[in-house]
Amino acid sequence: MAITKKQSTALAKQVFEYAPAPEAVDHVKILPRYGLFIGGKMVAAHSKKRFPTINPATEKTLSEVVDADEVDVDRAVKAAGKAFESWARLPASRRARYLFRISRLLQERSRELAVVETMDGGKPIKESRDVDIPLSAAHFFYYGGWADKLEWAFPNRKPTPLGVAGQVIPWNFPLLMLAWKIAPALAAGNTVVLKPAETTPLSAMVFAEVCMQADLPPGVVNIVTGAGRTGSLVVSHPDVKKVAFTGSTEVGKLIQRAIAGTGKRLTLELGGKAANIVFEDAPLDQAVEGIVNGIYFNQGHVCCAGSRLLVQESIAEPLLEKLKRRLSTLRLGDPLDKNTDIGAINSRAQLEKIQGLVESGVEEGAELYQPECVIPERGFWFPPSLFTNVAQSYRIAREEIFGPVLSVLTFRTPNEAVEKANNTPYGLSAGVWTDKGSRILWMAERMRAGVVWANTFNRFDPTSPFGGYKESGFGREGGVHGLLPYVELN
Amino acid sequence: MDVRKTYKLFVNGEFVRSESGRAYRPDGGQVNVPRGSRKDLRDAVRAARTAFPAWAGRTAMNRGQILYRAAEMLDGRAAQFVELLGGARARRELDQAVETLVWYAGWTDKLPQVTGTVNPVAGPYFNFTIPEPTGVVGIVAPDDAPLLGLVRRVAPALCGGNVVVAMAAESRPLPALTLAEVFATSDLPAGVVNILTGQRKELLPWLASHMDVNAIDVAGCSGEEVKAIEESAAGNVKRVIKLPEGERSPYLIAAFMEMKTVWHPIGV
Repeated sequence: MAITKKQSTALAKQVFEYAPAPEAVDHVKILPRYGLFIGGKMVAAHSKKRFPTINPATEKTLSEVVDADEVDVDRAVKAAGKAFESWARLPASRRARYLFRISRLLQERSRELAVVETMDGGKPIKESRDVDIPLSAAHFFYYGGWADKLEWAFPNRKPTPLGVAGQVIPWNFPLLMLAWKIAPALAAGNTVVLKPAETTPLSAMVFAEVCMQADLPPGVVNIVTGAGRTGSLVVSHPDVKKVAFTGSTEVGKLIQRAIAGTGKRLTLELGGKAANIVFEDAPLDQAVEGIVNGIYFNQGHVCCAGSRLLVQESIAEPLLEKLKRRLSTLRLGDPLDKNTDIGAINSRAQLEKIQGLVESGVEEGAELYQPECVIPERGFWFPPSLFTNVAQSYRIAREEIFGPVLSVLTFRTPNEAVEKANNTPYGLSAGVWTDKGSRILWMAERMRAGVVWANTFNRFDPTSPFGGYKESGFGREGGVHGLLPYVELN
Repeated sequence: MDVRKTYKLFVNGEFVRSESGRAYRPDGGQVNVPRGSRKDLRDAVRAARTAFPAWAGRTAMNRGQILYRAAEMLDGRAAQFVELLGGARARRELDQAVETLVWYAGWTDKLPQVTGTVNPVAGPYFNFTIPEPTGVVGIVAPDDAPLLGLVRRVAPALCGGNVVVAMAAESRPLPALTLAEVFATSDLPAGVVNILTGQRKELLPWLASHMDVNAIDVAGCSGEEVKAIEESAAGNVKRVIKLPEGERSPYLIAAFMEMKTVWHPIGV
């Protein structure tokens, strides 16, 4: 028997109320305005243009950052180019020590960074505290260890650095994406110019302080803030030898086109539309938790989010019942509250995109379920949502929504699950839930996706390579494979 | 009086004329070579895509056996290839092509052991990474080594389980079309290798922009061609493989591969 909206609301009300548990913010100092991090210090920008970065949960301005222009980007690249000469020649064990030092500093400042991340980006503090920041520190620690062991990573070759890497990162995991980009680049002996996302520049500004605290040689890391135009200046600068981008497939294609014929090395980590596949023999309660984590983690602002639930027809009804009940217990609200499950949508633009796609789902004929939840008056919010009665042709089943919206489809046979899961131009991740070991491996083999989670979802680790098949991009981040994009194999 | 051979395209395991009915005579010679069309290219990609799952699903050992058989077949026709290639370096080119096939035949079941990893993640999970073929790969043979240049790229692509749509060297296409006969007698399933002849400037843009081609190797291309290919490749985020022409390494095989990482919890 399917659970009605009324019943689920009643259930939600049975759950006892939580007392507010806000994380303190008084220990965090966000400056009213920031310059650019070039040549080892915060400098005044050439560009006179600035833009505010706001807290998406309150819409209040947190700070103002520079919209870096051509002159600023050129200065940053020049500083990186100058630093490259000595950084690449530094004994590798010294490079390692700087990375270890940065890792330690991130651990030491973890609480501050978690709060900044949550305030600037809207993600629940429990996620920035337990996932983003520890993983960022771990990433630097892992690649710190590689810096003086590169010759063991590439048998029969002498790996040498490429030069200046131009890196552009997204707003969903600001510090973690910074770590994914900067750590392997530096370990291999490159220097970097990094552009954080327009809506989440602040943790990168704290990271600039960390670099200074670590006495990292000037110019090894440079950070320029700005919007898309600044990013395009970074990747197309002639002295940038290596481009790394994480973001939408649309922008990834623009970058691939823009640098055609330049000889720049390129890695792209782009969008996804992952299938999370639940077989009838799966442990349902565990699967429900995995589905929730797969799509509602970080408000669904996750490129590898399990946004398509493929459930075997025979268990669709009980699974959906459990899932809907679970949805009604998710707590949406103040991202700084330690009990919050669903934080704020990162920006108004993203909220509008989600709303538009959800509307298209309703118009195309899918059935929308949203648990009743109180939406705060200010800020950008979207309730956890799920669609049933979804055809593969619907936009909500094809396009990356990048929000807390799940599309549920069903299948009968394993082959049908494979067909449906792979029926997308994306190929970043997939999830498989079943009790049968041989079926896990059989499914894992057939998923055209770079990461397959079996009986789990959305796990990350610095030792574990991450990246896509098909239009989800190319190149891997993490693990020994994550070094390859940053070396020349002589 | 000898019985002359009609040179044909090699698509889906069959020797076919260009659907366009066109031919050209390279190097001012007397041999008619099919001038493949966009339609031929699309047929070849479709054949390759259809052949992909089964080829990728073969055991590594079986792929190795088949590549080794290709080496046997090539070596058995050595005299024919030396004559086709002509010139003082023909024998050496043939020998190297045979050696390349043998070398990569031995890599099929070693690549995952050399490039795969077990990743010690900080949690109760078993986590491993293995190489898997990227899919349909476009390959362009260089004019200066019409046999070896092709084998150098086709062998590593096949080694990992990819399927290939290759463009023969425009000015010297005959070794490539005869190589198709080698593949046709090597137990390679139909569609795993497809070889087209024709004009590069006519076919290359379609190969580079085809939405069902996963990767394109540009070792045989000029700088100008590479730029145009890279621009078109962006349409479906194709991998553009630019390793040097002489590269012979597991790094080249890996360039045609995707790394897949699988997580599984450990528990009772």
